[in-house]
Amino acid sequence: MSSSPRSLSAWAQATPFTLVFALFLVLPLVLVAVVSTWHASDYELIPAFSAQNYIDVFKGCANTGELCVTLKTYLSTLKFCFLVWAITLLIGFAVAYFLAFHVRSVGAQTLLFILCTVPFWTSNVIRMISWVPLLGRNGLINQGLQGLGLIDSPIEWLLFSNFSVVLAFVHLYTMFMIVPIFNSMMRIDRALIEAARDGGASGWQTLWNVVIPLSKPGIVIGSIFVITVVMGDFVTVGVMGGQQIASVGKVINTQMGALQFPPAAANSVILLVAVLAIIAVLTRLVDIRKEL
Amino acid sequence: MSDTTNPKTLSRRSLIKGAAAATGAMAFPYVRAADPITLRYLGTAVNQDKAIAEKFKADTGIEIQYIPVTTDDVTKRAVTAPNSFDLIDTEYFSLKKILPTGNLLGIDTKRIKNADKITTLFTKGEVGGKKVGDQGTAPKKVMYVDKPDSKTFSAAPTQFMTLIPTVYNADTLGIRPDLIKRPIESWKELLNPEFKGKSAILNIPSIGIMDAAMVVEASGLHKYPDKGNMTKAEIDLTIKTLIEAKKAGQFRALWKDFNESVNLMASGEVVIQSMWSPAVTAVRTKGIACTFQPLKEGYRAWAAGFGVPKTVSGKKADAVYEFINWFLDGWAGAYLNRQGYYSAVLETAKAKMEAYEWAYWMEGKPATQDIKSPNGDLLAKAGSLRDGGSYEQRMGGIACWNAIMDENAYMVQKWNEFVAA
Repeated sequence: MSSSPRSLSAWAQATPFTLVFALFLVLPLVLVAVVSTWHASDYELIPAFSAQNYIDVFKGCANTGELCVTLKTYLSTLKFCFLVWAITLLIGFAVAYFLAFHVRSVGAQTLLFILCTVPFWTSNVIRMISWVPLLGRNGLINQGLQGLGLIDSPIEWLLFSNFSVVLAFVHLYTMFMIVPIFNSMMRIDRALIEAARDGGASGWQTLWNVVIPLSKPGIVIGSIFVITVVMGDFVTVGVMGGQQIASVGKVINTQMGALQFPPAAANSVILLVAVLAIIAVLTRLVDIRKEL
Repeated sequence: MSDTTNPKTLSRRSLIKGAAAATGAMAFPYVRAADPITLRYLGTAVNQDKAIAEKFKADTGIEIQYIPVTTDDVTKRAVTAPNSFDLIDTEYFSLKKILPTGNLLGIDTKRIKNADKITTLFTKGEVGGKKVGDQGTAPKKVMYVDKPDSKTFSAAPTQFMTLIPTVYNADTLGIRPDLIKRPIESWKELLNPEFKGKSAILNIPSIGIMDAAMVVEASGLHKYPDKGNMTKAEIDLTIKTLIEAKKAGQFRALWKDFNESVNLMASGEVVIQSMWSPAVTAVRTKGIACTFQPLKEGYRAWAAGFGVPKTVSGKKADAVYEFINWFLDGWAGAYLNRQGYYSAVLETAKAKMEAYEWAYWMEGKPATQDIKSPNGDLLAKAGSLRDGGSYEQRMGGIACWNAIMDENAYMVQKWNEFVAA
């Protein structure tokens, strides 16, 4: 490390943000990790160093006959993660493509962007309550289908099911995909697309060989947003799944509610490791730092 | 009153101006207005009614600042951040977690005017001279401490109370009589395959497990010595029953939020479920038939009360006591009784209610005229009866109380298994 004035000022500039991160991110995470090895009674935390909380999390997982609760919960959460990721990527990419290449005026782009944020305007509970008249047993869709004579009895799986959970996630989080992909697409030099066309590439070939590779950083950033949010979510899974579908976040939430901080901390650490592993794989695929 | 002598000068700035212009004696009466006491009232939104705070302010000049959080968070705050509130309104079952931390001070009953008039349900576990069910955390078990800073409960009545009761009620199943079309008499109906895909249970482990236990016992699967304090084997059995029902598709949903339960019922997604009394009222005010069905096995009761954190002292502590005394003095009690809850001191509340209201809400008699909620919504037409009858019938039918078990950690773990199944 050199101590030239330039390097000093660089250090000084980085210090405030480093301190903020150290204080509000690193320190709390360290505390969570520490508490995860403690014991707790109904009303106090007892400092200790034991793996008991972790052992409890994986209790029964050695049994090959039936999956243990933790693995089942993670599988269910991962399943949602994958479905939501795939669908939001598809829709998000299409919407971003439309916004970036087909909408010419900045005003129209802004307006359409704001439209995409509509799902965020209400609270979760209100949103759930408003899905019921649409998807419910006596809801619009069921009544419509019955009215057309397409079905005899209401379709039950429209609400409080895996379907409704994925639907709500997609409805909410597609935005997180659109923004970074749109951002990447706007940076693509339009001359490259013209060159591709001049070179005789078809529309699909241009998309596949020019647009997608150049949108990769946006795709990866959007994927990281969506995956981390879905992995940690318990509210949407709760309200849209009728509280009957497990999620890792819900397990932690229930334990926190019962003041069992150490087991909740242990679960959090495991979730954190799982999410970091996924992100590590993603960033391995695309070097974001280089691309940005 | 002194602070009405000149209602125009209330702000500090005008007070200083006034003091500078006139004599010090003239400024003196404004001291209370310039330095008002605000009490931070931690509780669930259930009894944090705007009208109550406004009336109290009008009567005493003391401001109430509500901090509404969930039941779990009330306990969490009391345990982890006792200086973030001046007054706590918590459920009795939470005391098992809060008291051992030493964050609450026993309330001196000598300073509570109506302390000896608090209903015997709390002090002796009796209603109308008859003992009621005391499985779970019955208030009488956790009502007293030997000295203000004690961390353990006293078995016998003493001068110091842990909580001064605010509201309590006896919960049961809510049903849609128009969709079920037959009488419902037992808790076991919750898991009756007839209602497959149309029933719901609440997803708050410590309360949901009690409802489940009522069902298990009603179905004749097991008789619990104490539903509020199960053994590990009993927890296993109860959760196993729930999981089997869930796998068979019995539940349409589980609910955690009060509004969710209202919505499930009002939309017809669910026809029978665990429910709370004000949720039933909310469904009814939409003009939809909903009954808070009394069942032969009895009710699951709950009770909440005011506690004083050890961090308040001096003037603030006096104000807290003033508020508690005011609360027991009748106006608030009448207000809560009209919402379908029960108040701690019945006779003061009675004095503030109309005779026909008292007859409907507390004596189980047919309403002689339309019954309205405190905000003026129509709750029941003339001639109708309250579900569950009179106070004695209803509170006398208590089978168990909301509770924290010794095996709470294990129970929560098993409950997560039920949700994941």
